[in-house]
Amino acid sequence: MAWNDPQWGNKNNAGPPDLDELWKRLNQRINKLFGGKGGASGGEPGGSLAGGRPPAALAGLLIGLAVLVWLASGFFIVDEGKNGVVMRFGKYTQTTGSGAQWRLPWPFESHQVVNVKGVRTIEVGYRGKSKNLAESLMLTDDENIVDLQFAVQFNLKSPEDFLFVNRYENIDDGDDVVRQAAETAMREVVGKSKMDFVLNIGRGDIADRSKVLMQSILDRYKTGINITQVTLQNVQAPEQVLAAFEDVQKANQDRDRLRNEALAYANEVVPRARGVAARLLQEAEGYRQKVIANAQGDAARFSQVLTEYQKAPVVTRQRLYLDTMEQVMNRSAKVVVDQKGGNNLIYLPLDKLQQIVAQPYSQPEVLAPAAPTGAGGPPPLSRGRELLDRERGERP
Amino acid sequence: MNRIGPIVIGGLLVVLLLNSIIYTVDQRQTALVRQFGEVVAVHKEPGLKFKLPLVQNVLFFDRRILTGDAKQAESFLTVEKKNVLVDSFIKWRVVDATRFYVSVKADEGEAERRIRQTVNDGLRAEFGKRTVHDVVSGQRDQIMKLIQQKADVEGRKLGLEVVDVRLKRVDLSEDVSSSVFSRMEAERKRDANEARSTGAAEAEKIRADADKQKDILIAEAYREAERLKGDGDAKAAAIYAAAYGKNPEFYAFYRSMQAYRESFKSKSDLMVLDPSSDFFKYMKNPRAGGSK
Repeated sequence: MAWNDPQWGNKNNAGPPDLDELWKRLNQRINKLFGGKGGASGGEPGGSLAGGRPPAALAGLLIGLAVLVWLASGFFIVDEGKNGVVMRFGKYTQTTGSGAQWRLPWPFESHQVVNVKGVRTIEVGYRGKSKNLAESLMLTDDENIVDLQFAVQFNLKSPEDFLFVNRYENIDDGDDVVRQAAETAMREVVGKSKMDFVLNIGRGDIADRSKVLMQSILDRYKTGINITQVTLQNVQAPEQVLAAFEDVQKANQDRDRLRNEALAYANEVVPRARGVAARLLQEAEGYRQKVIANAQGDAARFSQVLTEYQKAPVVTRQRLYLDTMEQVMNRSAKVVVDQKGGNNLIYLPLDKLQQIVAQPYSQPEVLAPAAPTGAGGPPPLSRGRELLDRERGERP
Repeated sequence: MNRIGPIVIGGLLVVLLLNSIIYTVDQRQTALVRQFGEVVAVHKEPGLKFKLPLVQNVLFFDRRILTGDAKQAESFLTVEKKNVLVDSFIKWRVVDATRFYVSVKADEGEAERRIRQTVNDGLRAEFGKRTVHDVVSGQRDQIMKLIQQKADVEGRKLGLEVVDVRLKRVDLSEDVSSSVFSRMEAERKRDANEARSTGAAEAEKIRADADKQKDILIAEAYREAERLKGDGDAKAAAIYAAAYGKNPEFYAFYRSMQAYRESFKSKSDLMVLDPSSDFFKYMKNPRAGGSK
């Protein structure tokens, strides 16, 4: 290495305080080397500094400075997140980390600084806010067309591979290669998927699969590029058919709405019917209890009356009969016709009579609450016929 | 001056000499050494190299992977006579510098044109055998692989390796696209209609089911209710029979009286009576006997 060069190394290590002595010794050596006076160009400061042979000393100083500068040109700074790639005579030797680095100066070594960790983004199908339809329209497996925009983020995993294996459109920016891989991968993945899958549930899956495919393509080319993320920005049907697609959404909502309305109807009708059913049952139960209770009441009353009747049948019977007739007669309007007069034709304007009688033309009798039904007794009117003859003109 | 001059001149001469003897091969390059036009050495290894001055000269070739990206999409016919626009890129590199130099005069553009031609011929042939669906999804991989192999064979003759051939866009031509769009639209319409009518059908079903449940609930309740009522009636009948059976004749009388009372309750009832009836017996004749 240059530092250990026997001729220069020690002197260079000496600090500024020894400059004068150094200068003298340097001059002597140069003079020895060149065998006498060195014809340096006119130097004003050099002359005053070194008493003996100013021009030669000056030449030595200049050469020394040049060597220093030359060596210093081997320094380079690598920012955080970047790597330096060092080549000796064009051959890759090493990759350095960040910080101040040194390599052999030209023409021995050269270096290139590569941004490794910095994430770069390319946009496919759009640039900023405007769409790029040629890139964004893709065919799906079921021969439909979808409109898909996505972004790919990447950084580097191997700066050497990145620099040495591929040639890029713009020097050392892999955008074009990533874009090609991104387009071909995404189209392959979309081409193998059904449209509905791409548009609806498959977004994450599409992004993942295309990322894997992109990475494998880039690895095949040994680009040293690492895809960090694939994000689908927008996935939709092409504008030409967007309205029809939105109508499907609406139709689905309509379907849900109709179903919900029907459910609401069902939720109203069925409980209501349950209520009606409960009412029917309660009413029936009520009726049953009522009928039984009535029967028991009637039976009890009859039994008690019967007991008394059996003690004095004739009188009781007569009394009951007269009581009843009294009540009946008392409440009704009456026309008494003596048939024995021999007059065959009696004119009875029944309708008129009824009008007169019935000021409150009330409805016909309501069924008696206590009217028993069933096989309780023999048909009534055994003697009634003799008692009441409220008949149409039945003439003897 | 008398000494510096020769030194400088001597130094320059040395540099010139070194420059014509020494050369470096970059990591990214292949060097070809020619002597009087004849290729005598190929250096693939990067680093410091030497050659004879004057009689030998060196040519450098890029040995990185290059991209041949089609500027515009090519149109191919599929087996069902549909036009598809295909956009592809080719990845290739120089592997045999001598052959590359000899065959295409180391002209990258020319080399790419030749590969591109092979690729396009291959694509035309493969697409002609396949349907759009196969091209787009099913056999995309196979096609790319086939074309790559074909192009690689062709490329080797030029000293090139075809690393990969990949399809980017495979789009339908404009007229086919528009028919795809109208088909998509029709399909969506069908879906929308289906959604709406299934919605209506489901709703109808739900309603009908609700009505059915309602009817069943009420009918079952009616059945139970009638059973209860019948039970009540039966019990009542038994009670009546038990009580009235003790004296049916008196029951008939007693019940008739009750019925008369109930029947002639209203003031609007009009009775036309014969005074000869039993009730008026005493009205006509206060001394009438007990006869009927």
